[in-house]
Amino acid sequence: MADEAPFQFLHHELIQYIYKTAENGEAENGRNITKLENMGFRVGQGLMERLTKETARFKDELDVMKFICKDFWTCVFKKQIDNLRTNHQGIYVLQDNKYRLLSQLSAGKQYLDLAPKYLAFTCGLVRGALSNLGVKSIVTAEVSIMPACKFQVMIQKM
Amino acid sequence: MSRQSNRTTDSKKMNSELFTLTYGALVTQLCKDYENDEEVNKQLDKMGYNIGVRLIEDFLARSSIGRCQDFRETADVIAKVAFKMYLGVTPSVTNWSPAGDEFSLILENNPLVDFVELPDNHSTLVYSNLLCGVLRGALEMVQMAVDVKFSQDTLRGDNVTEIRMKFIKRIEENLPAGDE
Repeated sequence: MADEAPFQFLHHELIQYIYKTAENGEAENGRNITKLENMGFRVGQGLMERLTKETARFKDELDVMKFICKDFWTCVFKKQIDNLRTNHQGIYVLQDNKYRLLSQLSAGKQYLDLAPKYLAFTCGLVRGALSNLGVKSIVTAEVSIMPACKFQVMIQKM
Repeated sequence: MSRQSNRTTDSKKMNSELFTLTYGALVTQLCKDYENDEEVNKQLDKMGYNIGVRLIEDFLARSSIGRCQDFRETADVIAKVAFKMYLGVTPSVTNWSPAGDEFSLILENNPLVDFVELPDNHSTLVYSNLLCGVLRGALEMVQMAVDVKFSQDTLRGDNVTEIRMKFIKRIEENLPAGDE
């Protein structure tokens, strides 16, 4: 498949579905995010399995993160992460200046409060991908200006 | 770095796997949420419909294909252009009814089911039912009411995957009342 439109539409329907089935309150909102994240987790795992079929063993954690930023991101979003930062103590910040799943929304503030919906699945993707490489993590995301987006990866020590 | 060497060659394939896996996650979730397969089928069709009504715009804008003269041409465009563009496969068009209002799309390999095996307790689940909704929704936006359903599915032991499409009627443009 040469095309990303089906994935984008499917992702959108996914969000619509999850949110339509339960439209009440803050607590539900958290659960919806979790649901989306869990779906992403499974997809990330599968994808990583396929993607690393023929790659060499990773040297260390940083090497793994680089792989996520380059190959994994290119595979999913057709571009690399624009900026990777770390405090060398297990926290990584991945910045994407033009995050695909938000690029169809207005760049203004109008839909800023909807943005978290569009990030949850991807957080799961990253977490799942890492988990399949033996790295346990917590992934969160934030948007300050559309469509730029920061993913924070906190590595959990085993 | 050596690990990047063969990336470009299979990036297209990888992207289709992303779609396949995401779709799998969706169906899994639906099966958890609903008691029976019929409900899941219905939900998949509904979601497909929503995708279809939006996908048609993307399709028309990018393929520069105009109005189809008859249902045969529609069939050709669906199989040779649309399926190729979005799923990377070209189904064959066969089994025309004598009246020319019904045909089948035969899919040699269905990209949606790449890693799928149906457990025994989901015998009535139409796994790829989303596709029916997409086709129905997209065609409705170009004034064609069509009935779409799976009549064979490799997941359920058939030799091929067959989507049966039946033309129902042309949807008339609705003029606002009192407007000529």
